[in-house]
Amino acid sequence: MMFLSLTNVVLALLAAPLLLGVINRTKAFFAGRRGQPLLQAYYDLAKLLRKDAVYSRTTTWVFRAGPVVGLACALTAAALAPLGGARGLISFPCDLILLAYLFGVMRFFTVVAALDTGSSFEGMGASREVQFSALAEPALLLGLAVVARLTGELSLSGMFAALSPAAYAASGPVLALVGVSFLVVVLAENSRIPVDDPNTHLELTMIHEVMVLDHSGPDFAFILYGAALKLWVLGSLLVNVVLPVRTGSAALDLAAALAGMLCLAVLVGVIESCMARVRLLRVPQLLVGAVVVSGLAFVLLLR
Amino acid sequence: MNIVIDTALLALIVSSMLLLGFSQIRSCIRAVAVQGFVLGALPLVAHGSGLVVSTLLLSAVTVALKGVVFPRVLFRFLREADVRREVEPFVGHAASVLVGFLSLAGSVWMCSRFPVFPGNPPPLVVPVSFFMVFVGLFIIVSRKKAVSQILGYLVMENGMYVFGVVVLRDMPLLVDLGVLLDAFAAVFVMGVAVHHITREFDHMDVDQLDTLKG
Repeated sequence: MMFLSLTNVVLALLAAPLLLGVINRTKAFFAGRRGQPLLQAYYDLAKLLRKDAVYSRTTTWVFRAGPVVGLACALTAAALAPLGGARGLISFPCDLILLAYLFGVMRFFTVVAALDTGSSFEGMGASREVQFSALAEPALLLGLAVVARLTGELSLSGMFAALSPAAYAASGPVLALVGVSFLVVVLAENSRIPVDDPNTHLELTMIHEVMVLDHSGPDFAFILYGAALKLWVLGSLLVNVVLPVRTGSAALDLAAALAGMLCLAVLVGVIESCMARVRLLRVPQLLVGAVVVSGLAFVLLLR
Repeated sequence: MNIVIDTALLALIVSSMLLLGFSQIRSCIRAVAVQGFVLGALPLVAHGSGLVVSTLLLSAVTVALKGVVFPRVLFRFLREADVRREVEPFVGHAASVLVGFLSLAGSVWMCSRFPVFPGNPPPLVVPVSFFMVFVGLFIIVSRKKAVSQILGYLVMENGMYVFGVVVLRDMPLLVDLGVLLDAFAAVFVMGVAVHHITREFDHMDVDQLDTLKG
């Protein structure tokens, strides 16, 4: 069992940047381009790690701490997250709250580092990031609460291991609602298209990208890798809810979950190709919608 | 069979929520049309085994009226009135959706305190029908355009219909059809009223009607 959990974490560490590659290839396919290599994110990371970081004289240690703390949080989250029936490396009752707030700490330090540069531009992005994630957080926690209530387990590993196709037969609508809500959370938290455009460098509309503009070299590599891990962890929550394949063989379950992750990456790419960003003013509505969907699932479960 | 009814009720809840969140009147009308189709399917699944002529007739008439005729009539009014296409609510969209959610939670809580209904209806039916009535009332008081008032009325009526079909399942066919006829007449009368309002004042904002006094 321990071996499986370790495989799980190693897999997350190794394969997380691959998701970005799959997303980009899907977008390229829709645009009729050839697209960058699947492993481009790894090349970028290797390139950045070889470089030196440049620090502005106005920044303090907070600016340097941001990427390191961010990566540490993402790594811890990767150790917590179960995938495909295998338990997470660390697991204890109520670790779902730790998971949600690890991302909170990560975001806090990114925001503080952005504010530390003293650029008003980065402050704007920080303000938006905080506003939107404050709305995405209840959706995530409520959704996790629904799964916890449904399975009667309080640890992430326990509750996702207890989900099975049988749970779908009993309360399919509830799980489907949670899945929808998690999808919105994945898109919003990873600054993907209906909420934020990872490719844009147009000042007035950027959210996440603007906060990390001043980081360079290894620091930026940490941020990119942390973001990839965050996508992997949140995506694995969604895959666990939507695709609880239980064949009995652990390897097959894991393979199914991995296939699910790749499908999720393709889905994100398809969404990014087919949808435009919603207006900044409409983003809170989208996120409140996600909260309501999670709440709806909770009410359906409680009756 | 229970999961089918649950899915249908979920579709009703989601379409009501969307109705609260949509900013275009056309999308709102489509949401109500979807509700009409779901309602038409409801007698078939709720009565399960006894697929009798009266049930088939009821669902056919429901789909025809609520899913096809009402939306067409409303679209026609909208086209003739030629007004701005936004809903223009007094309460914002996100806040409206939250109100909808609270009213759902409230109705679930309220119905858990009711005595048991005869015939043991599926547990979600009564809360959903109350929820739809609340949503309809909320749309009526919180929207500016007169067309939204018609939509609110329709949602309210749909809520009562859910209650009638599933809980009082042996209501005579004649009564059901009579209720549908009433709704039809009401929509028509309201539509004509809206038409006259727009003809007279070039808009259909109901909040400006109170300046007519005196």
